[in-house]
Amino acid sequence: MPSFPASQMIVGGIFLLCIATTVVGALIAALTARIIRSVCGLAICCIGLAGLYYFLHSPFLALMEILIYVGAVCVTIVFAVMLAEPDEPVRDENRGSTLLWGGFALVISAAIFWGLWRLGAQQDWTAPVTRVSDGSVAAIGKSLLTTYSMAFELISLALLVAIIGALAVARTGRTKP
Amino acid sequence: MTPLPLPDRPDIYYIVAAFLLAIGIFGLLRRRTLIGMLISGELIFSAASLNLMAFNRFRAPDPAVGQIFVLFIMGLAAAEIAIALSIIIAVYRNYRSIKTRELSELNG
Repeated sequence: MPSFPASQMIVGGIFLLCIATTVVGALIAALTARIIRSVCGLAICCIGLAGLYYFLHSPFLALMEILIYVGAVCVTIVFAVMLAEPDEPVRDENRGSTLLWGGFALVISAAIFWGLWRLGAQQDWTAPVTRVSDGSVAAIGKSLLTTYSMAFELISLALLVAIIGALAVARTGRTKP
Repeated sequence: MTPLPLPDRPDIYYIVAAFLLAIGIFGLLRRRTLIGMLISGELIFSAASLNLMAFNRFRAPDPAVGQIFVLFIMGLAAAEIAIALSIIIAVYRNYRSIKTRELSELNG
């Protein structure tokens, strides 16, 4: 029993706020016409997701989500927006096919959402499981350096190759001064 | 039996993850520039991560596994963003445009 009677309600309110932030951020990211607003929507969505990770008993991943997505990915996309000026084309060319394509996308995504909603809501997910560890940061660190050390090294190699490849690809085609 | 408090109900997380996947696919089909499609791809990555984290919290015997998996997803997403943005900038240098309608040189 919590010591403060309204604490359950406050926690529920913060949880709903996190969900609303995620959903509204995703809607902004997918629906706005200007790309720069879409990037801001992605950042908002990731902040809400970090809150959801916190509610899923993983403050470490909440921190990483903000650090990597908001701090690195969104800033990098903003740099690319500055360099490439990607404004959406104005809707003059054949409106009919644009509308048709938008309706097609809406039908596809609504079908996926409806199917997964049914699948997620029908099952009884509340069966208890036996835990073999507590999922703390110490447990993550131990697993990373013992069971998953191979994957850890491989992903560091993949990041290195990605950085070198990005530098090499972005360099070609540049005119020499 | 009293209903569970909201943050302890797994189906809410699954529904939010399904919404993120659906809106990501919608954006991927609808966007007409490369950067917009990339942002929608990030939404799909986020949906996968949230789904894995929810299953990790409620169903997994070892709660460290899902967190490590999501960490790897974040690392690969960062690598993918770096590569994709450098390709986009190279494409913009060559064609002066990143609209998908105009990048049709391989169109037969």
